[in-house]
Amino acid sequence: MHNDHNLRQKLREYKRTPGSFILMMLVMLCAAVTFAVLFFLIAYILINGVPNLKPELFAWTYTSENASMMPSIINTLVITFLSLLIAVPLGIFSAIYLVEYAKRGNKFVEIIRLTTETLSGIPSIVYGLFGALFFVTTLKWGYSLLAGALTLSIMILPLIMRTTEEALKSVPDSFREGSFGLGAGKLRTVFRIVLPSAVPGILAGVILSVGRIVGETAALIYTAGAVAEVPSSVMSSGSTLAVHMYNLSREGLYMDQAYAVSVVLLLLVLVINWISGTLAKKLAKGM
Amino acid sequence: MQAVFFIAACASIFAVALICLFLFVNGIPAMKEIGFFSFLLGERWKPGNNIFGIFPMIMGSIYVTAGAIVIGVPIGILTSIFMAEYCPKKIYPFLKSATELLAGIPSVVYGFFGLVVLVPLIRGMFREGNGSSMLTASILLGIMILPTIIGVSESALRSVPRTYYEGALALGATHERSIFAIVLPAAKSGVIAGVVLGIGRAIGETMAVVMIAGNQPRMPRGILRGVRTMTANIVLEMGYAADLHREALIATGVVLFVFILLINFCVALLNRRNRHA
Amino acid sequence: MNNTEKISISSLDLYYTDFKALKNINLKIPENKITAFIGPSGCGKSTLLKSLNRMNDLVEGCRIEGSILLDGEDIYGRMDVNLLRKRVGMVFQKPNPFPMSIYDNIAFGPRTHGIHSKAKLDDIVERSLRDAAIWDETKDRLKQNALGMSGGQQQRLCIARALAVQPEVLLMDEPTSALDPISTSKIEDLAVELKKDYTIVMVTHNMQQAARISDKTAFFLLGEIVEYGETEQIFSMPKDKRTEDYITGRFG
Repeated sequence: MHNDHNLRQKLREYKRTPGSFILMMLVMLCAAVTFAVLFFLIAYILINGVPNLKPELFAWTYTSENASMMPSIINTLVITFLSLLIAVPLGIFSAIYLVEYAKRGNKFVEIIRLTTETLSGIPSIVYGLFGALFFVTTLKWGYSLLAGALTLSIMILPLIMRTTEEALKSVPDSFREGSFGLGAGKLRTVFRIVLPSAVPGILAGVILSVGRIVGETAALIYTAGAVAEVPSSVMSSGSTLAVHMYNLSREGLYMDQAYAVSVVLLLLVLVINWISGTLAKKLAKGM
Repeated sequence: MQAVFFIAACASIFAVALICLFLFVNGIPAMKEIGFFSFLLGERWKPGNNIFGIFPMIMGSIYVTAGAIVIGVPIGILTSIFMAEYCPKKIYPFLKSATELLAGIPSVVYGFFGLVVLVPLIRGMFREGNGSSMLTASILLGIMILPTIIGVSESALRSVPRTYYEGALALGATHERSIFAIVLPAAKSGVIAGVVLGIGRAIGETMAVVMIAGNQPRMPRGILRGVRTMTANIVLEMGYAADLHREALIATGVVLFVFILLINFCVALLNRRNRHA
Repeated sequence: MNNTEKISISSLDLYYTDFKALKNINLKIPENKITAFIGPSGCGKSTLLKSLNRMNDLVEGCRIEGSILLDGEDIYGRMDVNLLRKRVGMVFQKPNPFPMSIYDNIAFGPRTHGIHSKAKLDDIVERSLRDAAIWDETKDRLKQNALGMSGGQQQRLCIARALAVQPEVLLMDEPTSALDPISTSKIEDLAVELKKDYTIVMVTHNMQQAARISDKTAFFLLGEIVEYGETEQIFSMPKDKRTEDYITGRFG
C-alpha cells in the first residue's frame, strides 16, 4: 500500500469524524508551537549572539570597557567543582544506603524520600535565601564561592540521589548474587560489582547537575556574590556566567555582551544535554 | 561503612530541617513585628516608611502562575499526546532530546530572550505600558513549564495499558477518540501531577520573571501592567535591605516556601495514588 | 439454515517486515456459524483474526497482499476502517474493560457512533448486557467501576460492549484463556447463543472447546492452513496427517 493512498484514505475517514480531525489538528498545532518556540529561541540567540563573541570578552581581567566573561567562566568552574565535590559522594552514598542497605517499607526510607522530594521542589531563590542566612551571615563567610558552592550542593543533591538510585536499581540482582556466591562481602559487592555497572547512569545524573549549576542564578546572587573578578581563594566573592549575564542585561548597557554570554551558556547546555543523552543511551544499550 | 552510608542518607533530612529552621527563625519574628495580617494582606510595600504588606506580591505570583497555566497546560498536554501517540518513530529521539533541552536552558537565558523578543513584541502589539507586564511573564513562564508538563504527562500516557486503546479502536472509535476519551482520562492523575509540578516551577521561578515582569510593588491592575512576584521581591531588594526590611524579605521567602510545600504535598499525594492504582 | 459466506479470504499473504507470517490463505467464513481457528502458538491464527478487523494496522511493518472481502467488499480497499471495526467487533484474550463504570463501558461504543440520547443508551446498555447474559449480575451496580468485577464477568462485559455497537461479526481471540472453568463454560454457552444473530470467529488453544462449540474449524501450522472443514469431520476423520497428530496431542 502506498503512502499517498493511505493519506487520502485517512482524510476521507476524517471527513466522517470532524471532531477527531479538529483534535488531530490541535495536537499537531501545539506540538508545532512547542518545537517552533524552542528552535526560534536557539536560532535567535545564536544568530544575534555569535557575531558578538569577540576576543576581548575572554580577557583575563574584567574592566567596564571589555566586560570580559573570563573571570565568570573561572568562577563557574570553581563553583561547579566544589559543589560536585560535596554533593556527588553524599548523593551516591545515600543512594547506596537506600538501594542496597535499607529494608523495604522502612519508615526512615519514607522520610528520606519525602525530604528529597521536598528538596527538589524548593525554588532556587529559597536556596539562595537559606545560603545567605546560614553560610554568609551565621557562619560569617561573607559572599564567597564556598558559600555559593555549598548552597548549590544541597540544591543538586536530590538530582544526584535520584539518578544514582535509578542506576543502582537497574543493575540486575543476578550480578549481586553472583558476587555473593563467590564469597564477596556486601561492601565489596557494592564497590566492585554494583557501582561500576551503574557508572553511566550516575554520570548522566552528574552531568545534568552540572547543567543546573551552570544555569543557576537566583541561588548564587546573595551567596557567591556578583563581582566579576578572578578569585584568589574559595573565600573570595565572584559571579558565575549566569549571574554575570544577569548583571549585564540588567544594566542595559552591555546588551551585545549579554548576547555573547547567552551563546556560551546555550552551547554549554547543548553539550551537557548531548553528553548526558549519549550516556543514557549507552546505559539503555548495556542492559 | 554502613554507618557512613546511613549518615549520608540523613543529609537530605538534615538539609530540609536546616532550611526550615533558618527561614522560619529569621522570618517569623518579622511577621510578628509587622503584624501577621498586615504583612500578608497589606496592600502597600514601602520599605522606606516601614510599611511591609506583601499582598500585591502574593497576588502577583498567583496571577502570573495562573497565566502560565492557561498558556502552558493545554499546549503541554497536547504536545505530550503528540509525543506519546503521534510522533513518527524516526524523529522521536530528536524531539525527545529537544524537550529535554527546553528543560535545560537556564532561566536567565529565558529571561533574556523574553527581554529582547517578548517585551518589544507585547509593547508593539498593544501600545499600552512598556511591554514588561503580567502577560509577558505569563507567556514566558508558560513556555518554561512546558518541558515539566510534557515529560510527566507523556510518561503517564505511556503507562496506560495499551489494551484500553486497542479496545476502543476495536469498537470503531477513531485514533483521536480512543486517546481523548479513554487513554487521557486513564492517565489523569499522572497528568495532573505534571501540571502541579509545573505550577511549582512557575511560582518559584525568579530570574526570568524579574527581567520581564516590570516589578512594580503594587496591586496588579491588568494583564498589560507590570507586576511583582514574591520571588522578584526577594531578589530585587535583598542586596541592600537591612533590619526589619531584610527580615520582611525573608518572611516573603517563608510565605513562598509554604506555598511550595503545599504544592509538593499535592504532588506527593498524587504520586502515592498513582502507585496504588 | 443459511450457508452464505460472510467473509471471504483469498490468496492472502501477510508480512511482518521481512517475516512472512501468513502464506496463501484461502478461507470462506459462513454467516451465523462459529468458525474456530486452532493450531500451536505462533502459527498465525491470531494474526489472521486481527487482520479481519484490521487491528494489524497497529503493528509497524505489517503488510498484506491478497484480499479479504466482507459481504463482497474489500476491507483493505476504500472501506472506512472505523466503520469496518463497528461491523466486525472484537473480544480480546485478556478482558480489557475501560477504567470507568459498567454503564459507560457499554455506552462508549454507541456514543462513539453518535448515539447520545439517554433513553436510547439505557435501552442499548440493558439489551447488550442481557444478550451477554450478565444483566442480572450487573443491573444493580451499573454505576460501579468495571475493574471491580471478576475476570469472567469482565470478559462477558467486554462481549456486551462489543455487542452494543451492533456488529455483524464477532472476533474472539482466545476469550477464555485467562478464565476459570465455570466462567469458560458460561462464555461458551454464550457464544453458541450469539451465533443466531452474529457470525463468530474464534481463536482457541483449547481443542475441546473448538470441538464443543464450533461449526467449522481451520487448523493452522507455520502460517498456513493445513485443513479447513466441518468441525465434526476435522475431529473425527482428519484428512491430513498433521491435523491428526495435533488433535490427538502428539505435538503442539
